[in-house]
Amino acid sequence: MKKRYLLHTLLAFVLISSCSKDIIDRNMEFSALQPASLDINAGIWRPILLTGPTEFPVAAPIATTSPAYILQINEIKSFQANMTSAEKNAVKYWSAGAVLRWNEIMRELVAKHNVPPVNNPDGTYPFPSAANPLAYPLFPFANPPYAARAYAYVATAQYDALVAAWYYKKLYNRAAPYTVDATVNCLIPTSDLPSYPSEDAVVEGATVEILKLLFPGDQQFIQQKAEEHKRARLIAGANVRSELEAGEALGKSIAQKFVTRAKGDRAGATAGNQTLWTQLETDCIIRGEIPWISQESPKRPPMLPAFGKVNPWLFDSLTMVTTIRPAAPPSTSSQQFKDELAEIYNYSIKPTREQIRIAHFWADGVSTYTPPGHWNAVACEDFVKQNFSEVRWARNLGLLNMSLMDAAISCWDAKSFYFNPRPSQMDPRIKTITGLPNFPAYISGHSTFSAAAATILGHITPARVADYTAMAKEASLSRLYGAIHYRSDCEKGLETGNKVGAYAIARARTDGAE
Amino acid sequence: MKHLLKKIITGLFLLLLINPVKAQTDIDGVMMERGAFCVGPMYGHSSWKNYWEGTLKRDNANLGTVSTTMYNIMGNYGITNKLNVLFGLPYVKTKASAGQLKGMKGIQDLSLWIKWKAYSKKIGQGRLSLFAIGGYSLPASDYTSDFLPMSIGLESKNISVRGMVDYQRGSLFATVSGAYIRRSNIEIDRTAYYTTEMHYSNEVEMPDAASFNVRAGYRNKGAYAELVLDNWTTLGGFDMTRNNMPFPSNKMNATRIGFNGKYPMPFMPQLSVVGNVFTTVAGRNMGKATSFGGGLFYVIDFSKKEKKGSSTSEK
Repeated sequence: MKKRYLLHTLLAFVLISSCSKDIIDRNMEFSALQPASLDINAGIWRPILLTGPTEFPVAAPIATTSPAYILQINEIKSFQANMTSAEKNAVKYWSAGAVLRWNEIMRELVAKHNVPPVNNPDGTYPFPSAANPLAYPLFPFANPPYAARAYAYVATAQYDALVAAWYYKKLYNRAAPYTVDATVNCLIPTSDLPSYPSEDAVVEGATVEILKLLFPGDQQFIQQKAEEHKRARLIAGANVRSELEAGEALGKSIAQKFVTRAKGDRAGATAGNQTLWTQLETDCIIRGEIPWISQESPKRPPMLPAFGKVNPWLFDSLTMVTTIRPAAPPSTSSQQFKDELAEIYNYSIKPTREQIRIAHFWADGVSTYTPPGHWNAVACEDFVKQNFSEVRWARNLGLLNMSLMDAAISCWDAKSFYFNPRPSQMDPRIKTITGLPNFPAYISGHSTFSAAAATILGHITPARVADYTAMAKEASLSRLYGAIHYRSDCEKGLETGNKVGAYAIARARTDGAE
Repeated sequence: MKHLLKKIITGLFLLLLINPVKAQTDIDGVMMERGAFCVGPMYGHSSWKNYWEGTLKRDNANLGTVSTTMYNIMGNYGITNKLNVLFGLPYVKTKASAGQLKGMKGIQDLSLWIKWKAYSKKIGQGRLSLFAIGGYSLPASDYTSDFLPMSIGLESKNISVRGMVDYQRGSLFATVSGAYIRRSNIEIDRTAYYTTEMHYSNEVEMPDAASFNVRAGYRNKGAYAELVLDNWTTLGGFDMTRNNMPFPSNKMNATRIGFNGKYPMPFMPQLSVVGNVFTTVAGRNMGKATSFGGGLFYVIDFSKKEKKGSSTSEK
């Protein structure tokens, strides 16, 4: 009798245990992309680095009556006849959009690499090496400025490559395989968009090429995604192999222009050296201010202090210094500074649950896709509802990510120029409810990123202006609640971000897409 | 007298802090009698300087020593001599001695157990007893789990089933038990997070866990002294990567050894004093914690009319 009870108890437990814990990720529920407009004239939109859409020529496609083409059609049919469930899932996954999915892959790589290296036994810190990416510390340390730059190069290269692709699509006007041969199944929504060269392969080719530079240690993962992507297009019946090959080649060629820019954009020297770090500190003391000191043990050099010198996209470095760089923060000896410090101390004593929630919601710290990644996620989740064509997706993410990288440059310029201490340096009683970033306070990176993103996203999706503004404001305040920034950092950060975003709007108005 | 002491002994199992941030009270081979209610406050303190980052043991100058202080109210009521219900409700406070991270504090999880003595028989010179223990715990406040190592808890709702064997011969005893802990998913304050891959959800899948416990020593006339070996193994989860922050769904394992003792007040046998010390000997994605605790337990008997009869029902 007792044994039976025990058995029943165990049985009930097994039943409870077998309930699924699986989590459905939001991005796995995105439906297949069905562009509201083909944007068939996007071939004349203004590219970012290309001199024009024909800078890299694309040969005319083979005739759809040729034996080679028919072989390629048969390849699709044979794939479709032997489709596995994994392949079916891959078709569904990639059908949500090439620009979207590669943006997500980027975010994943950033999150994986966003971990600061541990110190050496002697108290110094090692720097990741692109030449030896798999040795510790892994290359890269994808911190917010690094991430902003990575997202920007991928997004801009994709945009230019797609503008060129759209030019040739219209020029050659090749119909999709399922239109040429009605017996080819199309497993994703059909489209009247000419299929040569393949827009998916253009995106894949451009992205893979840029990622060789940015994430050299993750090539196997990236290649596997690239192969899955191309195969998904074949299995879906959306492209024949020669359309993919032409697209991939075009994407790779155009990406080279961006790789060249990246190699010369001064990002390589942004970590600085002891001379620079000392110089920034000394300059601050000479101005009569208290300089930032690392609060880490052992003291860590500031994160990418020369990132403000990197070449921006939307304006030049001189313009940034003269028209975007904010005025000096309140002097560390001023009453305003003391008041702002006291405000942060008060936030730090007894944070409410809601303040903690907001601080953590926007923290985007270690092991996350960073604030620029967060805004990419916000943008993508809005864009999927708007059925943009791939080229418009790329254009919009290009504008967003140029804004975010330029926000990083402008913000880091101010941080190094003013070298202002964090609240917990000035008042050791202040404890933080989020990780304390290892670089100067003024101006808040989160505020600058968020305002820049909110500004350009509000231009792209006017119905959401109020939401984006509120989100940027909350992201900014989250740093006060976290007790890691003064109010001036946040307010000037928002102002600076808005200025950067305005440059992106100016470009958006003249790029031919509106 | 012997009867009272026996009852007080049962208070003992209330003091076993299995996880430094997780009170557990269900692992003992003694039952409260019908109608008896044992209740009392416990204090616990646990701290670690070294921790395991995955399997790598290290310290961290940006945390210094991380300490957890716990004030717990625990109780056990005898529905029958063979069926007890137990509860625990701790208030937890964390602190790091170095770095900037702010400690957290608050009421952690309410734990409830049903403990059933399913079988008891004299075997040879001693007595063998079998127990089944079912437990449930849930957060008793809206605390933040996604701020490790400063979080006061992991936020999951847990269902546990434990099987336990106890053998006592004279004043010596040994108890062995094992449990499976089913942990619910949790919700964190962000909309995406990275484990070994990216997740776009505020929901985190929490791996289940297993617990194994061996204790042996002296148990007689209200006094109690035992050595304890305890293991917590997370069935799944992932390792922290180098210099990364911990996450609630990490593979957190710990093996601890400790001493546990209890002494009833000679002048007032309903009242007993308890105390314990533990140290962590092996672990993964957890602090190498050393802990100590102490408390008082008081037995209130709600079944006076049955007192005489029940005094003979105990072994």
